[in-house]
Amino acid sequence: MTAPEATSPPALSVAHVTHAYGARMALDDVSFTVAPGSFCVLLGLNGAGKSTLFSVITHLYAPKAGAVRIFGCDVARDSGAALARLGVVFQSRTLDPDLSVEQNLAYHGALHGMSAAERRPRQKALLERVGLADRARDKARHLSGGQSRRIEIARALLHQPKLILLDEPTAGLDIKARADIISIVRDLARDDGVGVLWTTHLVDEVRGEDHVVVLHKGRLLADGASDELIAQAGVGGVGEAFTKLTGAHAPAEEVEA
Amino acid sequence: MSALESAPRPFGARQLLICLNGIVWRESLRFLHQRERFVSALVRPMVWLFIFAAGFRQTLGVSIIPPYDTYVLYEVYITPGLMAMIQLFNGMQSSLSMVYDREMGSMRMLLVSPAPRWFLLTAKLIAGVAVSILQVYAYLVIAYFWEIEPPSWWNYLTVLPALALAGLMLGALGMLLSSLIKQLENFAGVMNFVIFPMFFASSALYPLWRVREGSPWLALACEINPFTHAVELIRFAFYGQVEPTSLAVVAGCTVVFLAGAIWAYDPARGILMRRGG
Repeated sequence: MTAPEATSPPALSVAHVTHAYGARMALDDVSFTVAPGSFCVLLGLNGAGKSTLFSVITHLYAPKAGAVRIFGCDVARDSGAALARLGVVFQSRTLDPDLSVEQNLAYHGALHGMSAAERRPRQKALLERVGLADRARDKARHLSGGQSRRIEIARALLHQPKLILLDEPTAGLDIKARADIISIVRDLARDDGVGVLWTTHLVDEVRGEDHVVVLHKGRLLADGASDELIAQAGVGGVGEAFTKLTGAHAPAEEVEA
Repeated sequence: MSALESAPRPFGARQLLICLNGIVWRESLRFLHQRERFVSALVRPMVWLFIFAAGFRQTLGVSIIPPYDTYVLYEVYITPGLMAMIQLFNGMQSSLSMVYDREMGSMRMLLVSPAPRWFLLTAKLIAGVAVSILQVYAYLVIAYFWEIEPPSWWNYLTVLPALALAGLMLGALGMLLSSLIKQLENFAGVMNFVIFPMFFASSALYPLWRVREGSPWLALACEINPFTHAVELIRFAFYGQVEPTSLAVVAGCTVVFLAGAIWAYDPARGILMRRGG
């Protein structure tokens, strides 16, 4: 094990990341950090570059310039160590519908080199935590949208990462399911010290104490505590601050911009 | 719940083995759950065997050519070709479905594993090959009752390494195609431009000497078609023999295709990116 903890680097550091699809800039010199155990909201409209950034952080592809570090481990150069510290919940549903919840978790555990003996106690605790301990043997296709998401969160935590990424985790969920997911993930940051990067285009998911990063058309427009951003903008709420920053109307709830 | 520990487990040989095992296990489970896929994988060669071969046996005589030391029925001749066809379909199907349609998500899941990417792609390939070998043996069981069998029981085992290598080559080809060719977005396109030409311009359905009589050009195409060599490798192995040229071609193509696929899936190349997702 490398010892990045000794100098306590940020859970996630995105430094001058630039990426282009052909001539179109998707990310233009984006830099920010996520502190260990903090809840960071990456706010941006569809097409702001959130998905591109997500793909760069998860090592799906390398940025044209800049670097991403997870607890000090460079994703491009030391990807094994970086990915071992990272848990991911993708926007698209990634549970295998034909397999049971437990089989889905077992597959993920194996991908992270966990033996069944290592996985089982952890799996039990996590399923209890997301309130689905009784569904372990059910096929994933029989779960509701909110339940699938909760399983995906449990799965992302299986290998004990200290940073988790969630890409629009509440998209398409009803109000109750959204609230459940948000509270589970907020507890993770508060109680277990897991750093969270939460991607969304819904301003109503932001709380005053949250760290907010605003991405618009590939550029970083704001980076700081949500309260400060509101105060700086001289407005009444995150939505207005977002509108002022981007010149675009901020959507709330499930209204697509 | 207990506090999360931040020390990730080091990724050594044991972890890689667990990882490989998990990938093969999942692929097999998925296959068993997808009944239609299993049935269609069996029905396809059966149609060729029971309908096509039965109709053709009168028109097409197969003379004594190695590895056969006697005249053989046409059904017997095309069986190795059908075994390779099962693997060809399986290779294209599993590799392409991995990237297209709803599997895109599961490809992403696979690639966020801390294991090296070349290892993950190879493991995925091996998993696909394991499934294709299951299909081939299921076919051989049915063929046995149609009185198509190798000279000895032992040959059911000698054919196994040939199936493994041929499966790797065809799976690696599918993986390479899936990463490089954007137009092959659906299976129909793959059928027309990859599977049909590879299958028909090969020694699967007719011996090359007969092709040469009809069209030297087609014979040449057949000879440079790697699928021909997969078929011949399996054919000879089914009779307990090794065909050195085919072995060399199939092994060489496997290395080239797999290296190409690993190159294409390199994050810096951004092939996955262009698909979005």
